[in-house]
Amino acid sequence: MNLDFSQIVPSIPYILQGIAVTLKIVVFAALLGFVFGVILALMKIGGMKVLTWFADAYTSVFRGTPLVLQLVLIYFGIPQLTGFEIDAFPAAVIAFGLNSAAYVSEIIRAGILAVDKGQREAALALGVPYKLMMRDIILPQALKNILPALMNELITLTKESAVVTVIGAMDVMRRAYIVGGQVYRYIEPLLIAGCIYYVLVMLLTLLGKALEGRLRKSD
Amino acid sequence: MIKVEDLHKSFGKLEVLKGITTTIKQGEVVAVIGPSGSGKSTFLRCLNLLEEPTRGRIWIGDQEITDKKTNIMKVRQHVGMVFQHFHLFPHMTVLENVTYAPIKVKGMTKAEAEAKGIELLKKVGLEQKANEYPSRLSGGQKQRVAIARALAMSPDVMLFDEPTSALDPEMVKEVLEVMKSLAHTGMTMAIVTHEMGFAREVADRVLFLDGGQLVEDAPPHEFFASPKSKRAQEFLEKML
Repeated sequence: MNLDFSQIVPSIPYILQGIAVTLKIVVFAALLGFVFGVILALMKIGGMKVLTWFADAYTSVFRGTPLVLQLVLIYFGIPQLTGFEIDAFPAAVIAFGLNSAAYVSEIIRAGILAVDKGQREAALALGVPYKLMMRDIILPQALKNILPALMNELITLTKESAVVTVIGAMDVMRRAYIVGGQVYRYIEPLLIAGCIYYVLVMLLTLLGKALEGRLRKSD
Repeated sequence: MIKVEDLHKSFGKLEVLKGITTTIKQGEVVAVIGPSGSGKSTFLRCLNLLEEPTRGRIWIGDQEITDKKTNIMKVRQHVGMVFQHFHLFPHMTVLENVTYAPIKVKGMTKAEAEAKGIELLKKVGLEQKANEYPSRLSGGQKQRVAIARALAMSPDVMLFDEPTSALDPEMVKEVLEVMKSLAHTGMTMAIVTHEMGFAREVADRVLFLDGGQLVEDAPPHEFFASPKSKRAQEFLEKML
């Protein structure tokens, strides 16, 4: 073993600054993915053929191709096709968000289908319109059941966000590479990056447990 | 008042209702009985269009609900329904269950709805449970909350779909008591039930369904004492 962190120590704050970049991408992508995922899920179960077809095709494409490919296509493809330059940050948020939506939509669809159909009938019998029924009665119950699966998705997203390195966003991973290049030692900064990701995921796990506890207060 | 004319309902090739015609008058309490598979639940569920009739017409009050132009969501606000398995909203407290629809659908203020909700919970004897979640209630209590929830919309008609069938025997009575006192207030009620004693005591009329047809329609004393059809006789022999 010849690990030597002494040369890396001065650069640790530099790597840590990447957390802000990573988190910003993850938070915005997760929000985009969740909102769009809910919309896709509603399209899938709504019974309008065109919408169902669109949502299924969407899921199929975004699940069926590598995330890093989607990211690169958005980052390099949009400028080439439209002439608009796109920064690494929005490109990352769009790519991760759109990709995540495909997975989230399936999770939410399963959650909605698992809610007892009597809930829907009780709401209908009270004259509750579809939109309110979904928002106030079906989705809250679905979310409670699928929270662990959604947390999984968020954790995956956090870790997978490291692929933004390929489009040059200054996240934790990229900074670890840069520091490695500066001192010709890659293992040490990468181990530090690994620790940072692990701690982030642990924090998310705790957050998820706390949230689940709150949602389960009606049990 | 509910008027049903030549009501048919099929699920795929299976014809569950084969032309039912009847009228339930204002303030009348009607017990719908029959063997399982006779179509009695389907009949009830057609009355608020939880099942869409294949053929035939239904009026609630002077509104034809089978008319395509009728806003069924509006109609359902005036037709309360109580289910065999309660279907309370598990993520809402008892009081929230009772006040949700009045606030969100009818546009009542929260204060108004809660005052009314508490009053209804008192009527069903559960005001002390107002802030509990349904998971903390017994089956009988859940069903009484479900009745209060339906009543909170001030319906003109109440439909009960086997309200005591999922209950432990010792809880049947508390629910039947609530329904009995509701019947005495002049509420129009249609009740699918296997509780023959209750039907005999509380109902003004008994509808006996078998094989998707209305076989008998008579006051309970007549029906239970001397059922005319063979099928009703056989059914009663098994039940009593």
